Amino acid sequence: MATQLIKDQNVYSTAFRAAMHQREMIEPSWLSRLRENSFEKFEQTGFPVVQQEEWKYTNVAAIAKTNFAPVLSRNGTRPDNDWLASFAYEETRNSTAVFLNGIFQPDLSSLTALPEDVVAIELGAALLSGQHGESVRKQLESGVQLAENGFTSLNTALFSSGLFLKIPRGQRIERPIHLLFVGQAGHQDALPAAFPRVLIVGEENSSATMIESYASPDDDVYLTNAIVEVRLGSGARLEHYKVQRESPNAFHVATTSADLGPNATYDATTINFGAALSRHDIDVRMDHEGAECTVDGLYMVDGAQHTDTHSIIDHRQPRCRSQQLYKGILDGKSRAVFNGKVFVRHGAQQTDARQTNKNLLLSKEARVDTKPQLEIFADDVKCTHGAAIGQLEEDEVFYLESRGIRPELARNLLTYGFAEEVIEKIKITSVRQELDAAVLNRLHVDLEVG
Amino acid sequence: MLEIRNLHASVDGNEILKGINLIVNKGEVHAIMGPNGSGKSTLAKVLAGHPQYEVTAGEVLFEGKNLLSMPPDERAREGVFMAFQYPVEVPGVSNAQFLRMAYNEKQKHIGAEELDPLEFKDLLKEKAKLVEMDASFMTRSVNEGFSGGEKKRNEILQMAVLDPKLSVLDETDSGLDIDALRIVAGGVNKLHDPEKAVVLVTHYQRLLNYIVPDFVHVLYNGRMAKEGGKELALELEEKGYDWLKNGNEKSAIVAPAAS
Repeated sequence: MATQLIKDQNVYSTAFRAAMHQREMIEPSWLSRLRENSFEKFEQTGFPVVQQEEWKYTNVAAIAKTNFAPVLSRNGTRPDNDWLASFAYEETRNSTAVFLNGIFQPDLSSLTALPEDVVAIELGAALLSGQHGESVRKQLESGVQLAENGFTSLNTALFSSGLFLKIPRGQRIERPIHLLFVGQAGHQDALPAAFPRVLIVGEENSSATMIESYASPDDDVYLTNAIVEVRLGSGARLEHYKVQRESPNAFHVATTSADLGPNATYDATTINFGAALSRHDIDVRMDHEGAECTVDGLYMVDGAQHTDTHSIIDHRQPRCRSQQLYKGILDGKSRAVFNGKVFVRHGAQQTDARQTNKNLLLSKEARVDTKPQLEIFADDVKCTHGAAIGQLEEDEVFYLESRGIRPELARNLLTYGFAEEVIEKIKITSVRQELDAAVLNRLHVDLEVG
Repeated sequence: MLEIRNLHASVDGNEILKGINLIVNKGEVHAIMGPNGSGKSTLAKVLAGHPQYEVTAGEVLFEGKNLLSMPPDERAREGVFMAFQYPVEVPGVSNAQFLRMAYNEKQKHIGAEELDPLEFKDLLKEKAKLVEMDASFMTRSVNEGFSGGEKKRNEILQMAVLDPKLSVLDETDSGLDIDALRIVAGGVNKLHDPEKAVVLVTHYQRLLNYIVPDFVHVLYNGRMAKEGGKELALELEEKGYDWLKNGNEKSAIVAPAAS
């Protein structure tokens, strides 16, 4: 086993050494140190194993064993224009950044519709810029707050592209910003592994909406290992949609980490439809009074798909509010994991925290492991949590059948309705329509969506 | 049109219906009354085919066909409609979409023309007037966020669109204020014609002021305890259901000492 691990890591070791050599003259020394430290951690820990509590139900041996080649610069693959256009949203025309295997594609991106004082630049460029280098450094070096595991360490060691987004003080951007991450092996021999890194800074009283989406034109095998870090200042607001529709053979591992300032609002909705195996860690720290977050999600899997969500909502100061609704629809032999921790720290009085996880099993072979966890160390709080796993209600199916609807369609309409509780809250019409269509398509229901 | 013979039905092994006989002819309105737990809602659900209820004996003929052998969706397409006491919410599916699906299933079944969304919209507009429903209800998800009264009106709208031969209304009056009751009853009356039949299941006489029945049947403990014309409902209102227990149906009372 130990030799196996070392062998697996050799692929990354070679890539890491080569990248460090190339970057030697370019990158600042603080970053080289950060990368060296991170890679060392990765070499020590390797990829997570099921003996670790946080990875108990998600076995990533398939990722560890596959010979991925980290993509650290543009590698010549390029998706078809029509395909790309089908993933562009009307609402984000000229506010879209496209990444291919984690690498920013300036020719496919346009951010011209964003206000001039908004900073939206490729992360590599931001690192080297005199103007933004310091903010990027601050953010990256504080990345110690990230859930530490082989994946996050490897991302920090290897990432070479991504986005730095800064919404200046008081700037309220109406237009959503779309980050489209495309996974594609193209004509390359090696299976690509992407390591995008996104840093978002919302300054005092700023407001923005971001869609982070993952898609693939093919059924390729590839790995996405992404990190998105969000830091919101006092009174700042971010609406964050993450839409994971990777190739059915892809591996998707992602970490979202948000740090909220006083009275800041963070609303996240995460959709997991794609990938053979996906794991999402979403952590929200509320270390200042009056912060609020909504952390919603929907996973819909079938066949042999596996999806895992681990979330931590950390109430560290008084008068913060959080609400979380995660829903899951499982068919075939698919498997889902939901692990939601809500911490209410000592002194975090008048916390209001609500958490719900509901799962709908459409087949006898599907399986869900759900674990909502509430840990409260304060006494004046309002907290609720609950989890449910079940089938469709007989009464509901009967109602539709009694109107002449055939049983299969009745079940599918109700399944769609189950997903809608999450989807209908999405405020961007194109995104909502895309997801409606995706759910209906999976259920083979022909219904125009509004 | 409908012939129920010696119908017995159970739920979870408990016998609720203990031998019901009922004949409903075209053009007739029947009221089924009875105290809570008498089995009247069970009768409605058995007719619609609710899977929770097991028919243990007897038969039900609808236009000469064996109704009990049909699955619920087929019963609906054949022309049996049940208005629910507690209509279900279907998020994400608009009322118009849902009704068109149901309507076209029925049209297909009877070999009639299906309607596209635009044609259907015209039909729906027409039918919505019957229950005084605003156009905004058509684009809203089925029953989602509807008030109790709106849900009941929506049931009658569904009835209007599906144009059933036999309508079974299960406690449609419960939870309605007087204005909503008038609208709902008005809709049912306008839809009624000599080719159709209505079975009203109700606890109270109140509804029968608005929809006047030809026959009133009183269910008690799973059997028909009393049958008569519309005046029976008034008598019941006056004397209460205890009148049944203490009077004619002594045999139906279980001696408390036994348990």
